[in-house]
Amino acid sequence: MTAATLDRSASRTRPPTPVRRRRTGPVGGRPHWSSRAVVNVLVLLAVLYCLGPLLWLLMASTKNAEALFASNLFSTEGFALLGNIRQLVTEADGVYLRWYANSLLYAFVGAAVAALLSVAAGYVFDKFAFRGKRALFALVLVSVMVPPTVLALPMYLVASTLGVVDSIWAILIPVLFNPFGVYLARIFSQGYVPDAVVEAARVDGASHLRTFSSIGLRLMAPGYVTIFLFQLTAIWNNFMLPLVMLSDTDLYPLSLGLYTWNSQATITPLYYQLTIIGSLLALVPLVVAFLFLQRFWRSGLTAGSVKS
Amino acid sequence: MTTPRRPDPGKRLALLVLIGPFTLLLLGVFVVPVVVTIYLSFFSTVYEGTGFGTARTAFVGLRNFVMAVGDPEFLSGLGVIGIYAAIFIPLALGLGLALALLLDSGLAWARQISQTVLFLPHAVPGIIAALIWLYLYTPGLSPVLRALGGADIELRVLGDPLLLPGIVNISLWSAVGYNMVIFYAALKAVPDELLEAAAIDGAGRIRTALTVKVPLIRGAVVTIGMFAVIGALQLFTEPMLLSQASPAVGTRFTPNMYVFDAAFTRNNYGLAAASALVLLVVCCLLSYAVVRLTNRGARR
Repeated sequence: MTAATLDRSASRTRPPTPVRRRRTGPVGGRPHWSSRAVVNVLVLLAVLYCLGPLLWLLMASTKNAEALFASNLFSTEGFALLGNIRQLVTEADGVYLRWYANSLLYAFVGAAVAALLSVAAGYVFDKFAFRGKRALFALVLVSVMVPPTVLALPMYLVASTLGVVDSIWAILIPVLFNPFGVYLARIFSQGYVPDAVVEAARVDGASHLRTFSSIGLRLMAPGYVTIFLFQLTAIWNNFMLPLVMLSDTDLYPLSLGLYTWNSQATITPLYYQLTIIGSLLALVPLVVAFLFLQRFWRSGLTAGSVKS
Repeated sequence: MTTPRRPDPGKRLALLVLIGPFTLLLLGVFVVPVVVTIYLSFFSTVYEGTGFGTARTAFVGLRNFVMAVGDPEFLSGLGVIGIYAAIFIPLALGLGLALALLLDSGLAWARQISQTVLFLPHAVPGIIAALIWLYLYTPGLSPVLRALGGADIELRVLGDPLLLPGIVNISLWSAVGYNMVIFYAALKAVPDELLEAAAIDGAGRIRTALTVKVPLIRGAVVTIGMFAVIGALQLFTEPMLLSQASPAVGTRFTPNMYVFDAAFTRNNYGLAAASALVLLVVCCLLSYAVVRLTNRGARR
């Protein structure tokens, strides 16, 4: 495995579908300026719709309680971003920071391990023949289709039998299971890891495990990142599982914490402020991950939906 | 490479290490819970004697299913997601497709950045999306309602009849950009030759889009449609959050909330399991119907 091939494979994030760049289409001759205007106005409206609520969250986060309910959104009157942040991190002995740390722990550890397990399983489904493989893969596909909410109660009962309800394991273990990741990983393995390379490594005397760790895993690195990101988002967004499993507020992730704060807001309006600034800061890791790793998201989306 | 020429002890070890952990999770997190659900759905707590006799768990056959299907609250939940899906799915597919076609038309400026921005709401966690929109629906807090109020229009989104459209809007905001990205990627794979042929035949842009491009990416549309159906049936996060602010959203507003309420408020595990299974069956039937219907449309 030379450095050159590795580099090439690393930059090749989308699966090898025959996708061609098409610049402005040749269809229909020269466009009239009015159709160009209509198209761009429509796209602009959609952009404003998508951006508007986020912009409001940003502006609202900078307001103090009075300004939030009264003033013009864009006026600088009642600017209190720092005060809001200070209040956020000191509320209830810094419980928000705890939730943040919990979310980071559940999401990053969970997604890192889940992606590794998915990549290994997807590689096996692609490269190995073994008894019961078809049945096992069919089961994986079925489990993709079954809504997780159907499983919430039985999962709670299983967890309570095992005595792990209301502990980090009640969250960390279920999130390791990512059947859609396995499905994606199998596609990535077919696309990134040529059978010939695996065979060559085997002929050279590398064991199956060594072939996976030094060739399969490396060639599938972009796929790993994609699956990691998907799972990271899924865990960060997870609401029902913690709602079912956790009652100790110290173990809450951000989603559940903000949910409980909001429930207090109708009684104590102070919590509006806390929920708003708390929501804004809770978005940061995902939005950053999304903006900087866009190509990985895209390759996972297209591999998962277009190729199937 | 998949068939070894001789017995291969290393392969067993490799299988064990590589797929063993995942298989264990599949069993523990999926198979066992499904079996437990089916088991629970046939049992119920019965009381010996009259009044508060000793509680005992007994096999009750299909009684839980009869109870779930006969419960007006469960049925009204199904009705709610029926209406929700009837508004949400056409809009989510239609708007996603329309935006993808607009961006693919070659007439849009700043395509890359538009795509990024349109996809951004999908990176916002569902509960936070719901929070933002809840506040934008809350009188006093929302600049939109304030502006409308200035024009003497009073909008009550948190009550009937705007409640469901309000929930649809939250879901749309998260879904449209995601759908657009997938449709756009599928459109990129449409061969140039076909589009050129359509142009030579004198088809305009809109005609080409509707009669050449859309049929060619039907696969992606069906896939997204199926996910939309499954997603719609699971409606939970948004109404759970809205129920904190609006009396119009009860604790059994959607079937999923009904299951949650049965399990964790009423502690009626049998009823919760049975209603979850009913929901699962509806889910499977509807996805199957979506695939069948769209396939029949293709053959015609």
